[in-house]
Amino acid sequence: MNSVVCISHVPDTESRIKVSGGKIDETGLKFIVSPYDEFALEEAIRLKEKSGGDVTVMTFGPERAQQGLREALARGATKAVHVKGDSSDADSLGIAKVLAAAIRSVPHDVVFLGKQGVGTDNGLVGPMLAELLGYPQVNVVTHLEIGDGKLTAHREIEGAEEVLQTATPAVVTAQKGLNEPRYASLKGIMAAKKIAIDVKSVTDLGLDESDIYKQRVVVVALEMPPEKSGGRKIDGADPAAAAREILKYIKDEVKAL
Amino acid sequence: MPGVLVVTEAKDGKLKKVSREALSIGSELAASAVSDMGGMVTDAASAEEAGRYGAKKVYVAALGPYDTETYTAAVVQVIREMQPAVVLFAGSSNGRDLAPRVAARLGVGVASDVDRLDWLDGKLRARRPVYSGRVFVTVEITGTPAIATTRPNAFPLQETSGGAPEVVNVTLESSESRVKLVDTKVPDAGELSIAEADIIVSGGRGLKEAANFSYIRDLAHAIGGAVGASRATVDAGWIDHQHQVGQTGRVVSPNLYIAAGISGAIQHLAGMSSSKHIVAINKDPEAPIFRVADLGVVGDLFQILPALTEEVKKAKAH
Ligand SMILES: Cc1cc2nc3c(=O)[nH]c(=O)nc-3n(C[C@H](O)[C@H](O)[C@H](O)COP(=O)(O)OP(=O)(O)OC[C@H]3O[C@@H](n4cnc5c(N)ncnc54)[C@H](O)[C@@H]3O)c2cc1C
Ligand SMILES: Nc1ncnc2c1ncn2[C@@H]1O[C@H](COP(=O)(O)O)[C@@H](O)[C@H]1O
Repeated sequence: MNSVVCISHVPDTESRIKVSGGKIDETGLKFIVSPYDEFALEEAIRLKEKSGGDVTVMTFGPERAQQGLREALARGATKAVHVKGDSSDADSLGIAKVLAAAIRSVPHDVVFLGKQGVGTDNGLVGPMLAELLGYPQVNVVTHLEIGDGKLTAHREIEGAEEVLQTATPAVVTAQKGLNEPRYASLKGIMAAKKIAIDVKSVTDLGLDESDIYKQRVVVVALEMPPEKSGGRKIDGADPAAAAREILKYIKDEVKAL
Repeated sequence: MPGVLVVTEAKDGKLKKVSREALSIGSELAASAVSDMGGMVTDAASAEEAGRYGAKKVYVAALGPYDTETYTAAVVQVIREMQPAVVLFAGSSNGRDLAPRVAARLGVGVASDVDRLDWLDGKLRARRPVYSGRVFVTVEITGTPAIATTRPNAFPLQETSGGAPEVVNVTLESSESRVKLVDTKVPDAGELSIAEADIIVSGGRGLKEAANFSYIRDLAHAIGGAVGASRATVDAGWIDHQHQVGQTGRVVSPNLYIAAGISGAIQHLAGMSSSKHIVAINKDPEAPIFRVADLGVVGDLFQILPALTEEVKKAKAH
């Protein structure tokens, strides 16, 4: 069983995000593998441990994104593809086109992604990629079983979970709860150093850069919202009085009840 | 501009609130561009309701339960027929599954989970919060149609007084789905989902143990709200992940969010700071949750929540 895992490299969720010149200012930012992509990666590694095959991790991004691939190799991925480019200038369909082109030349039964890239939270690349590859998709997956050319997945929806079945190859996007991602072992880190990363450009993939960058969805402004200063604070030492005060707020200002 | 199409979703014979919100903003967009809005519904019973929210023409596609592929084919068919300039989807689980697939088939872009939409110089502008709400990004969607999914509770509901809509029954081209729905599991039958609730009462580690979620449930029940939770309580196994609010849970923006025993870590704030009204109860006056709270109560949740539940019950009895 071979799988591909698409990983995005995003600012650590604890980071102080700053905007400069209409872009996210990357100076001093620490980048991590997007948390949902870690669930995707872990699932692929477990699949490999169970039934063999390769786990190819893939990213479209600038130089620094290679760190994410190294991290994934250290955890147990067996191959890595880095498509170099300024993915922050590409829209989701552009990213999906790049990934689709790169995936076509890698053997795979399942393509794993995160349900969304943390930070930008688009949640678009998975379904777009599935469409471009012509595969069925199962999104926001919390449980997965694969075998004999079939997969059964639990998909999280509002207040419920669907149990879905489809044939491979398929695209699966990971939700929290799918598994507990492992840390890289020292042995893994050493082994990963020996694996060569396959580096390509967008044009190497036979794509036209003008169809990838600054197309379809173009950023016109980035702004920081006004800092909320906090509202009224009251003392709750007298619980009954505090409860009445909250109720008054709910009635008069929230206009609920 | 040849119009706006809103792809709606119904539940128990009624359009979902987030779909009615999408129709409401869709209708406004259409008006500002001097054109009309059409709605797409999947059962004829919802056509009239779509009309009430401004759809002049309603495309009825008799589809069964949601699945990505048959729905994609049907929506693409309606888009080809109507040729809209803008297509809006409700930002529900299904809307967010469907919109990007439709867009990729048409070769166009999507802005997801938007909280503002404007029609400007013949193009759709969409605003969305990113990086835990610390940045707003505004994008321009070029290409036709421009597609967006709407963030639940971001757009006010607006009924119109227009007459009954024109109903178009869509004869669907045959399409097959490779994904089969074999079961739907509802963990807490009858519990309101936080995704679309108007009021959410959330509990954190301050509850001390699983059984104490009853303090949260009792208030949620009395006030008619959904039960939310911080990740610390989900990780501790006190409550199901479905209830988790935050960066790795759900992003919610209800009319009222009550947080009790939640410190207000940035990843939690990411999921709730865009709520319209926020009440926080915490015994630590320095807790960061107070920075986003409109009303902060410094005190013991074990005393304040039961008192508040009683007050709410009394208010409801009147
Ligand atoms: C990548 C990543 C993603 C994350 N995603 C999420 C997410 O989606 N959602 C999320 O919530 N967290 C998330 N977290 C975790 C987050 O950082 C915090 O650890 C978590 O939110 C803390 O939960 P808490 O507020 O319940 O607990 P604590 O931080 O322990 O706070 C408990 C609070 O209860 C108060 N308290 C105690 N007793 C009482 C009492 N009797 N009465 C009143 N108040 C009392 C205390 O003063 C304290 O403020 C994430 C973290 C990371 C690194
Ligand atoms: N530049 C990228 N390179 C590789 N994978 C990506 C990239 N951007 C997004 N993805 C994948 O697509 C998922 C959804 O991302 P998004 O649609 O941006 O929220 C992520 O969790 C990743 O698995």
